[in-house]
Amino acid sequence: MPMIEMREALNQALKEEMTRDEKVFILGEEVAEFNGAYKVTKGLLDHFGPKRVIDTPISESGFTGLAVGAAMMGLRPVVEFMSFNFSLVAIDQIISNAAKMYYMSGGLYNIPMVMRGPNGAGPRVSSQHSHNMESVYAHFPGLHVMAPSTPADAKGMLKAAIRCNDPVIFLENELAYNLKEEVPEGDYIIPIGKGDIKRQGTDVTIIAWSRMMSLAKTAAEELAKEGLNVELLDPRTLKPLDMPLIAESVKKTNRVVVVEEGHYFSSLGAQVAESIYTDLFDYLDSPIARVCQSENPMPYAANLEAATLPSVEKIIRAAKQVTYRN
Amino acid sequence: MASVKKEMQSLSKEKMVEILEKMLVIRNFEEASIKAYQQKKIAGFLHTYIGQEAVGVGTLAHKLPQDSVVTTYRCHGLALALGMPAKEGMAELFGKVTGCARGKGGSMHFFSKPHNFLGGHGIVGGQFGIGIGAAFKSNYDEDNAVSFIFFGDGATVQGTLHETMNLASLWDLPAIFICEDNQYGMGTANARAIANTDIASKAEAYGMKGYTFNGMDLNEVHGRMGDIVKEVRATRRPVLVHMKTYRYTGHSVSDAGLYRTKEEVDTYKLKDPIIAVSREMIENKMITEEEFKAMQKKAKAGIQEALDFAEESPEPPLEELTRHVFMDDVGNA
Ligand SMILES: Cc1ncc(C[n+]2csc(CCOP(=O)(O)OP(=O)(O)O)c2C)c(N)n1
Ligand SMILES: [Mg+2]
Repeated sequence: MPMIEMREALNQALKEEMTRDEKVFILGEEVAEFNGAYKVTKGLLDHFGPKRVIDTPISESGFTGLAVGAAMMGLRPVVEFMSFNFSLVAIDQIISNAAKMYYMSGGLYNIPMVMRGPNGAGPRVSSQHSHNMESVYAHFPGLHVMAPSTPADAKGMLKAAIRCNDPVIFLENELAYNLKEEVPEGDYIIPIGKGDIKRQGTDVTIIAWSRMMSLAKTAAEELAKEGLNVELLDPRTLKPLDMPLIAESVKKTNRVVVVEEGHYFSSLGAQVAESIYTDLFDYLDSPIARVCQSENPMPYAANLEAATLPSVEKIIRAAKQVTYRN
Repeated sequence: MASVKKEMQSLSKEKMVEILEKMLVIRNFEEASIKAYQQKKIAGFLHTYIGQEAVGVGTLAHKLPQDSVVTTYRCHGLALALGMPAKEGMAELFGKVTGCARGKGGSMHFFSKPHNFLGGHGIVGGQFGIGIGAAFKSNYDEDNAVSFIFFGDGATVQGTLHETMNLASLWDLPAIFICEDNQYGMGTANARAIANTDIASKAEAYGMKGYTFNGMDLNEVHGRMGDIVKEVRATRRPVLVHMKTYRYTGHSVSDAGLYRTKEEVDTYKLKDPIIAVSREMIENKMITEEEFKAMQKKAKAGIQEALDFAEESPEPPLEELTRHVFMDDVGNA
């Protein structure tokens, strides 16, 4: 299998799906002539032409709304947000229109649409360019939320998202775009709602997604040296959660750490923990530990930024906490 | 007035009867819905189209099957003008499963697939993107459709209008932006909310054409919109249309109307499009007084049937609660 970067894996998914279905098109800021702010759409303009690879003005609300209307009329838009921070400008289109349309029209108008782009903290960009949006979008019925942690997952998951007949929020990560791994060639799908065990273990389950899985992998290696055998579970799709997979793992390890890059309060990680407490309380040998972003806007200063974000050390500490080690 | 008369004479009796019938259906539907609301058969918000019928009916007379329409929560009139059966609308208002959105949308969210009616929408300015999206699709598929985007005067100061006019003009989208200026956004008169109340002039900022005319005059609406729709279909250039109209009833049924005088309302009632059109048709011997009375009766009877249908229809079964959240079953959800 060829080793490719996350951005290339996403690019392959887009190219293959656009080739397969001519109703699929992509629009967003700098996606065409500039080849994408993070080069995910590199070469697509040359290959498919300006009808299907469309540079938009800086009008997130306008072009996201356009995509909803186009989807209602039978097209399959892929919207790229230069970053998910900017999706906030379009949030009414995403929630009031894309998420609610199929239901409030009594099943007349579904919205086959993917909204994708980098989510979460970029390096040293302070407070307005570092939001984690998964908890916000996962809150509203009508949206699926996906967040791949590896290039191979990214490709199969994006293909599934594009083929889905409902709106999908597809969260990538700026710091993961150059993550390089083996990616299968050609057509394969990773279905929406299917998680994955990234490392088999017996002592504690660490649940993490997107870039946090990379941190968790490092933490697991460190902990292995100390004799702690960590199971790593990547839900991949954040909504709907793969509860059967989570249950299987928790029943085996009886101890859980949930890691997320976003804030502590009212969050997706809180939901994961709640679901485990509700469904699997009797299998837990210790309270669930959560590793999150601290409850402050992202600061610029290097030391404060590091203190705000989850880290390998924080994950290790949490794993020790739930296994009563020190 | 001369041009207006000409418009009427250029239309066949058949077409004029159809137009008058549609306006009567809308008027009767809305009056019946207010009554049903007072009887607590309908709840939530109820925004009626009474007074604005000429705008919707005169405009949508030019809609071809491939064209699409999107509007605000004040959506009953347009749905009926498109030909949605009144009983589907009334059942929706009653929250019944036989409604156009299976009782899940209610008064503000009428939809119809056969008419490409992309909905009534509850967020002021939220529907513009949908409208230009439909126009985008038309260019993508080269199907020669145009997109009718209706909105209130209050929405002209939402950013979405300006973003979408820019996009539509930039990309040559066949979108017809239609401002139904009933002169108020809830209780706020235009002059208190809009810095420049010459709404059509905003088109120029985006390199589009703008048109202004009297939305109370069916003949004027029909005539002018006929030309405009033809123009947009041919040129694929968006336009902004500003029609002055008036709503006789409150913003919604809960509006006491303290922000305007009875005299003002009465002035507009004198220009009522249904009275004007029926009188002209009778004067021009297109129909007789008796035929008009029969039309009124027929419209009323049709709405009574719709009321009965809505009343007798079942509520949505509880399975409907979680149906249509998603089209695809991905499991786990
Ligand atoms: C974004 C948003 N803000 C406020 C409201 C509440 N609201 C509903 S209708 C309305 C007035 C809109 O007036 P206009 O656009 O002129 O339409 P009309 O009701 O007169 O047809 C307001 C303020 C809303 N629905 N959406
Ligand atoms: Mg108004």
